Amino acid sequence: MIEFILNDKKIKTDANKSMTLVDFIRENRSLKGTKIVCREGDCGACTVMVGELSDDKESIKYHSITSCISPLANAKGKHVVTVEGLNIGNKLNKIQQSIKDNYASQCGFCTPGFVVAMANYCLNDNSKTEQQMLDAISGNICRCTGYVSIINAAKELVENSKHKGQKFTLQQLVNQGFIPEYFINILDRLVAIKKEHFVEGETIIAGGTDLYVQKADELVQASKLRYITLEQGQSVVVEDNRFSISGIATVSDLFENQELNKRIPHLQDYLRLLSSEVIRNMATIAGNFVNASPIGDMSAFFLALDATLLIAKRNETRQVKLKDFFLDYKKTDLSESESIAKLWFNLPSNNCFFNFEKVSKREHLDIATVNTAIHIEIDNENRVVVCDLSVGGVAAIPLYLKQTCLFLLNKKISNKLIKEMMEVMNKEIFPISDVRGSSDYKRLLANQLVKAHFIKLFPRIVKFGEVA
Amino acid sequence: MKNIDANGHVRGESLFIDDILTKQHSLHAVVFCSDIAHANNLSLDISKAQELTGVEKVIVAKDIPGENQIGGILLDEHLLAEDEIHFQGMPLAIVVAESQFIAKQARKLIKVNYNELPIITTAKQAHIKKHYINPARSFQAGKVNEAFTKCKYVFSDETFSNGQEHLYLETQGAYAEKMENGCIKLMSSTQGPTVVQRIAARVLGVPMHKIEVDVTRLGGGFGGKEDQATPWACMVALATHMLNKPVKLVLDRHDDLKMTGKRHPYESTFKIGLDEGFKIKAFEVEFLQNSGAAADLSPAIAERTLFHATNSYFIPNVKTIVHSCKTNLPPNTAFRGFGGPQGKYVIESAIAKAATELNVPAWKIQQANLLQENDKFYYGQKAEKVEANNTWIQLDKAININQVEQEIQAFNVSNQQHKKGMAVMPICFGISFTNTPMNHARALVHIYQDGSVGISTGAVEMGQSVNTKMLQVAQQIFSINADLLKLETTNTTRVANTSPTAASATADLNGKALMKACNALVKRLKYVAAEELSVGIDTIKLINNWVYINNEKTALNWKELIFKAFWKRICLTENAHYATPIINFDKGKEKGHPFAYHVYGTALIQTTVDCLRGTYQIDRVDIVHDFGKSMNLGVDLGQVEGALAQGVGWMTMEEIAYNDDGRLLSNTLSTYKIPDVFSVAKEIRVIPLETEGNDMAILKSKAVGEPPLMYGIGVYFALANAIKAFNPDYKIKFHSPMTPEKVLMGLYEETT
Ligand code: FES
Ligand code: FES
Repeated sequence: MIEFILNDKKIKTDANKSMTLVDFIRENRSLKGTKIVCREGDCGACTVMVGELSDDKESIKYHSITSCISPLANAKGKHVVTVEGLNIGNKLNKIQQSIKDNYASQCGFCTPGFVVAMANYCLNDNSKTEQQMLDAISGNICRCTGYVSIINAAKELVENSKHKGQKFTLQQLVNQGFIPEYFINILDRLVAIKKEHFVEGETIIAGGTDLYVQKADELVQASKLRYITLEQGQSVVVEDNRFSISGIATVSDLFENQELNKRIPHLQDYLRLLSSEVIRNMATIAGNFVNASPIGDMSAFFLALDATLLIAKRNETRQVKLKDFFLDYKKTDLSESESIAKLWFNLPSNNCFFNFEKVSKREHLDIATVNTAIHIEIDNENRVVVCDLSVGGVAAIPLYLKQTCLFLLNKKISNKLIKEMMEVMNKEIFPISDVRGSSDYKRLLANQLVKAHFIKLFPRIVKFGEVA
Repeated sequence: MKNIDANGHVRGESLFIDDILTKQHSLHAVVFCSDIAHANNLSLDISKAQELTGVEKVIVAKDIPGENQIGGILLDEHLLAEDEIHFQGMPLAIVVAESQFIAKQARKLIKVNYNELPIITTAKQAHIKKHYINPARSFQAGKVNEAFTKCKYVFSDETFSNGQEHLYLETQGAYAEKMENGCIKLMSSTQGPTVVQRIAARVLGVPMHKIEVDVTRLGGGFGGKEDQATPWACMVALATHMLNKPVKLVLDRHDDLKMTGKRHPYESTFKIGLDEGFKIKAFEVEFLQNSGAAADLSPAIAERTLFHATNSYFIPNVKTIVHSCKTNLPPNTAFRGFGGPQGKYVIESAIAKAATELNVPAWKIQQANLLQENDKFYYGQKAEKVEANNTWIQLDKAININQVEQEIQAFNVSNQQHKKGMAVMPICFGISFTNTPMNHARALVHIYQDGSVGISTGAVEMGQSVNTKMLQVAQQIFSINADLLKLETTNTTRVANTSPTAASATADLNGKALMKACNALVKRLKYVAAEELSVGIDTIKLINNWVYINNEKTALNWKELIFKAFWKRICLTENAHYATPIINFDKGKEKGHPFAYHVYGTALIQTTVDCLRGTYQIDRVDIVHDFGKSMNLGVDLGQVEGALAQGVGWMTMEEIAYNDDGRLLSNTLSTYKIPDVFSVAKEIRVIPLETEGNDMAILKSKAVGEPPLMYGIGVYFALANAIKAFNPDYKIKFHSPMTPEKVLMGLYEETT
């Protein structure tokens, strides 16, 4: 039995928890405003908002997700809002009006997804920048408009949802015609819904972002599925001079963590490259590892941070280095009954540099052709003291470039060194040709991106003109 | 006027096929398709699938009561495979079950046996084996061979432009209900209701009047639902016919990508000849169109390629030939531009080739050869009201092409890692179906006795706001409030024998028919008013819901006038027909006047390439576009922006990939990328050209759907120029799309 609130209606259902949220919405509830286009989280047509109680039960935090790769189970105890739930009587809400006024809806198939994503922006951001608005709709594809009109509508909303630099309260949002009145009572109603607890002995589907893409049909049939209800916040902490990240932390948790953003400048830029806000809200870090994609962005990222995994099996735990975790194509050192409970890495010191590079066919929200990350520390004489370098997309697994790192250790950074390093690295990578690119291209690209680390991090020493 | 569908769209209330609340006992169908590209001796074992609980029936070719034939131009395509398989994704059987889930489970239980045959995937391979859909078409003007001998410069090369997935957000689908007496009502997401009706009747072996096709709207079409919406509608019609229950079939994205055709890839060879003043004197092209496994619309698309092979340029001596090459890919089909973009890509490549070899900017050659008033297109039509120069000059005024070029050069001198490149892209696109007999339409207008109005036309709403434009036409003529007007669904029982919504001409054709119908009604109403007010009919005017005598408002308003007319037994319904005048084309001589008019425009595209990573961005696009006298600039600008994005996508990131077995590799949204909100040009400016408009266009407002897509072609050349600025050894390949891979490889290629 799952209880939650769908728009302004309390739902109590014993529908199959593994069914996707979008199917429940469209088929069981006949709410047809939420559209299906890809069923793999790549278009945003199925975007809904999910609101959950804050820890102190004083407020609700809304975020948007793609309901096609989210199990119904994840709705438990939450407020799910579809486009219908944003309608105010017969009128258009502010968001809807902006879209209409700017001719930002042509065929209309993408439109409900944009409306919900923009509404989520209006409910959330304090600082209200255009960048945040673009982030909010970054997971939404439109084939008709070419986005110009949509961006115009979005900019208009950014203006209209500013309130003396402050976040509108729910009541203000209602008064201003952004959302319908019933939102006010949701808090009390959610508190009243008792949350169910985690049941042991089933398989974990965390965010489900990848599993549902691969085999949604089978998941619906499987009888023994276990869910971790995704809850945001609290999953990234600093302890014993290291960052500790819970296995079910989502990418958004990293994105929003202040300490992490301080230690890894440009973190948000990197994360923006790898997925849209809707996916960041669901995709877990551990999921990215377990999936073992040779081009997992998170894998490359944490390989360069030389992360350690804490693997749990019932009450037992063991540790394994992420660089030893990937065994072969889509194979990891994780047995069936195990799960990733935690990962940690040492706090990057102040002399440390970190950089992440990724190139894909489309710059944003596309699977990388090649990605790479580096974590490097140098002494006063520009000698490499610590170096962890990873590359994805050039072998069957995400690679930790062991030889290359060893080669760099204790050497002074120079243009010449970078060129020599390429020879070492080229012996460590084995790209193959596929839909994302030819092997020649991937090799060249890996070389360029690794050079890019040094050009970016050490602009005074390493020059594009010298090494490219 | 805003898009009249906008309220429903933003509130999530607009209905698409998959949103129809199905009737009780409705069944669901999925398509079982081939996993290999070419075979014969096909046999299917459907017994296991049939046995699965909840499965109603697995339908195969031999169950078809009428003809197993869905071909339009040529009769060469089966609805369901019989003995032979011609492409991966070819439908072999239809599984009908209580739910889509069960149908999908059952689909996995079907077993296939066949004898695999060798396959062809590229146009060139097919050409070598003389594997064609139909005989080649060839257009000529002047004396090409002779002209080449007199040219100072002659260059030749090969080009390739890849296919493109439509990626309409709403996948293909249809829902069928059985009515009494063996009639079937089909709700289909199709651009061509009559095509669906005709073919479904053929498949069922019933007369067309037994099939009613109704279309509310499409979640995008772009040509992908002109001919290829038909099979799925036929399948549900067939299933309903056999099982006597409503049946729904909505393809999931994987099936849609795998089973449907795309924009045609073209492999072409050209030869271009110029005189010392850079005037193009001679041009010759051989186009190899990869048509896929069946004709579909390929012959018509090939024809349009020929029509647009010279883009906006006047070339006195031209010879073009196109071969529609038969391969083992899904039959390729209409896609915004309909072969025009592929034609233009080649002439632009030829100019770029000449420019590189002669070391002059391509735009100087382009400008020197623009069409002038009264020039003749090489297919015989006289060029009238030509705006090629005007749009160019206006653009130059707005941005100064020469100055942009100098700024880019200066930037490139002072920057190592980033290089900029620009290109100018003029367009000229003919409006009309090139198949003259298709240029007609009808409208049916009912004025109800309360004064409200229902309008039916043959136009299908697919996001281009054709319904909004139709409403504007009626509103202007009746001069009444918009809320009295309603656009009905497109339905074959109200408007029959329609041409598909395509060729950018739909608003013109249906709008003109609607004008006629409304004018006829107004004439009758004026007669009623004149009688009522005892004045001469010529003094009566209808203005803003009121009847006027000359310029004086009377006490008679629209609603009363209608009521009076009704009681006088005046016919308040009108049906009108419009067929484009003047146009003709002689396919024997390959000469004539095929187009009602042409649409022109010029764009300047600026790009920046990151020479370290091979990534790039489009900095800005400036366009001067010839809308005629736009009747709805908001809607028309949206068409330009949307088309531009599609053109840019086609030229940059959208890369269709098939492997040697004919398997589509770019078969998901994660492997086939279309532009997202971040890939839009940082700045886009569209300047409408001030003109008088064209009388052949609806309210002088020119067709706008397809032409602007071709501005996107400029991006390819702008990027090539940026690469060249970094790597003088770079040899431009004329092989689109220009993916980051091609850019990086180009940046670092060495002379061989
Ligand atoms: S349907 Fe495309 S993201 Fe859900
Ligand atoms: S309006 Fe058609 S996909 Fe966006």
